[in-house]
Amino acid sequence: MTIARRDALALGTAALGMATVPILGARAAVDDVPTANVKQPEYKIEKGASLHVLRPAKFIEPDEVFWKSNTKKFTDATGIDVKVDFVSWEDLRPQLAVVANTGAGADVVISFGTDPHIYSSKLVELTDLADYLGAKYGGWYELSLLYGRKWKSKDWIGLPIGGGTGPTVYRKSWVNEAGYDKIPNDLNDFLTLCQKLQKNGHPFGMSLGHALGDANGFSEWLLWTHNAFVVDENGKIALDSKETIEALKYATELQKTMIGGTLTWNDAGNNQAYAAGQIGMTFNGVSIYYVLKNSPDPKLQAMAQDTYHQDTPYGLSKRRPQSAAPMNAMLFKHSKYPNAAKEYLRFMMEADQYGPWLSNCLGYWCQSLKAYSQMNFWKADPKLEPYSSAMDTPYYDGYKGPISAASAAVIANYTVVDMFASVVTGNATPEAAAKLAAKQAERYYKNA
Amino acid sequence: MDATVDVGVRHLGFVRKPDGWVTRLFDNKSFLVFLCLLPSMGLLVVFLTYPLGLGLWLSMTDTTIGQPGQFIGLDNFTDLMDDPVFWMSVTNTIFYTTVATVGKFALGLWLALLLNHHIPFKSFIRAIVLLPWIVPTVLSAIAWWWIYSPQFSIVSYVIVDVLHLRDTYINFLGTPWPARWSLIVANIWRGIPFVAITLLAGLQTISPSLYEAALLDGASGWQRFRRITVPLLMPILAVALTLSVLFTFSDFQLVYAITRGGPFNTTHLMATLAFQRAIPGAQLGEGAAIAVSMIPFLILATLVCFFGVGRRKWQQGEAND
Repeated sequence: MTIARRDALALGTAALGMATVPILGARAAVDDVPTANVKQPEYKIEKGASLHVLRPAKFIEPDEVFWKSNTKKFTDATGIDVKVDFVSWEDLRPQLAVVANTGAGADVVISFGTDPHIYSSKLVELTDLADYLGAKYGGWYELSLLYGRKWKSKDWIGLPIGGGTGPTVYRKSWVNEAGYDKIPNDLNDFLTLCQKLQKNGHPFGMSLGHALGDANGFSEWLLWTHNAFVVDENGKIALDSKETIEALKYATELQKTMIGGTLTWNDAGNNQAYAAGQIGMTFNGVSIYYVLKNSPDPKLQAMAQDTYHQDTPYGLSKRRPQSAAPMNAMLFKHSKYPNAAKEYLRFMMEADQYGPWLSNCLGYWCQSLKAYSQMNFWKADPKLEPYSSAMDTPYYDGYKGPISAASAAVIANYTVVDMFASVVTGNATPEAAAKLAAKQAERYYKNA
Repeated sequence: MDATVDVGVRHLGFVRKPDGWVTRLFDNKSFLVFLCLLPSMGLLVVFLTYPLGLGLWLSMTDTTIGQPGQFIGLDNFTDLMDDPVFWMSVTNTIFYTTVATVGKFALGLWLALLLNHHIPFKSFIRAIVLLPWIVPTVLSAIAWWWIYSPQFSIVSYVIVDVLHLRDTYINFLGTPWPARWSLIVANIWRGIPFVAITLLAGLQTISPSLYEAALLDGASGWQRFRRITVPLLMPILAVALTLSVLFTFSDFQLVYAITRGGPFNTTHLMATLAFQRAIPGAQLGEGAAIAVSMIPFLILATLVCFFGVGRRKWQQGEAND
């Protein structure tokens, strides 16, 4: 199947984040979320309360539509005015920094995983709220606990809303053609599969360029499947290890099977190449499938039919070696209406609001509370299954060390990505690259 | 004026009170000068001196986004001395600036000379030439990103699918040197209009009578260019060169939109590295130190342009000092 270059361009634009879909049955009652009977915390709403909330901009339409309608429901029920600003992902962290440093502006900022840990001294603890939600909705996933609570304590400083993950996305017919009925978990088998895919002209492709989400996720996968990690439990740099060297050697072999130009891809690169039929397999969020499935073009519809998802190969890891990037809500001490803010967060996390929002995002976000995994929409399309447990993982950015500003800096500076990229292109030896990256990571951890 | 008013007032029978201190103050010329300068000084202090000072201060602290830093002297700078990525960004910046500036001036001057002739639709063509300069850089950078795409490049498409000169698409940005050259080409494309239009303005100030006189003396085309055009163009060339070097040296948008400094930091310029470390990486102090490190280079480049190219001796011969 070939797609004209122009089609691919148009698709690429869509994949860059403007996908639109029909909104499904909007106000059906939520009866597929099992809940425990737990006493709801009573927050005494401050007089004349109003709230200002920042959250990441949508990538898919329903995310914003349902967030807004849920917020309106809250205002109608309580009379509290809530102003929600949807901020582009790249601008959100600078804006968060201004809010935190000036002690003014938004009451609640919904940002990403590590952020509450960076600003913990300026946040209101959310332990009562998190304990209530956890008890009512079957408990929090492991990743929620890691990102929501202070390191090695039971104090909640963030409220994880939901995360997205990036399992293997592949064309079933092409993987079958290569002689496999599913993606092997063994790394050598996986390499063989990639070699065969390449021979058949449907190679694997994954970015080691400066693609913030994809390249960092891929290099973390390379590390964790080899039992390598950036820091140990105490935050001491452990990157320069024989496991890392193995991972680097494996990455070099894997790179040889890939389509050309992956080092130049940004986060949309693999989406575009996949939709153009140029690659047969990649690791990605649900966005590829989502765009294909909702396209009016029969060629892309057929491609969606042939597209399947599976956890990324495990290698030496016992658990799924893939983290998720959760939205994480924090409430600032400078807020004049902390109780109203807690009530708002509680309201948004309850099944009547959270359920429709989650199910209409169709796997783009995965729940942070376990009970929501029982919702019917997860079973309606079995292909979404690998996305349904995105937060069920012990792996996070900066695994196994404490979550801190340093682990965020290593990600933002592509320290590990560049280590892999310099080796797979033959510009550095594995040993030299590991040493250099360890030294660079050390600089960030030294200050943390 | 004062005297006339004074006389008039006395004439009407009023006795003038002694001048209040406010009046005397406003009569003071130095005070008035100061007062009139105040708005512009205020603007400079608020929008130039303060940010620059803050940048200098930050570069000597370990401030991160979210945590106020402490004064650590020159630690950031000594750390950078050991940082191969920083040094690569320095050499990249110098290389990028030098090559792109030479390219922009060679092509820009050529274009200016062509446009200085009487050609049909002259104004229209001049307007079109300015387009790359007018289009917002981020937009043109995205266009270049598509042109350099390993999968969807129009250049590769023409070479591979139309002309059948190659079998595979060109990997413009995947390896260090092709990536650097690709960025330089994009930067030259963007910079030519500025140089061409500025030099064209310079060319039009040169009196045609000089060329006529030279023609009568039997000067060749090259001699007229070398002896009339070049010397008389020098002052404006110096200004254009200085500005162009400054723009190129501190370029950010093209590189950030096309490669983000990749592959593995080999296309980082000092400006993009400073941003990456300071804002996404949250290490404000270190980012500021990289930005501050640009200042000596910028001053040096300005001085070279001004005193090197703009020298009167150079333009008009030894005697005209």
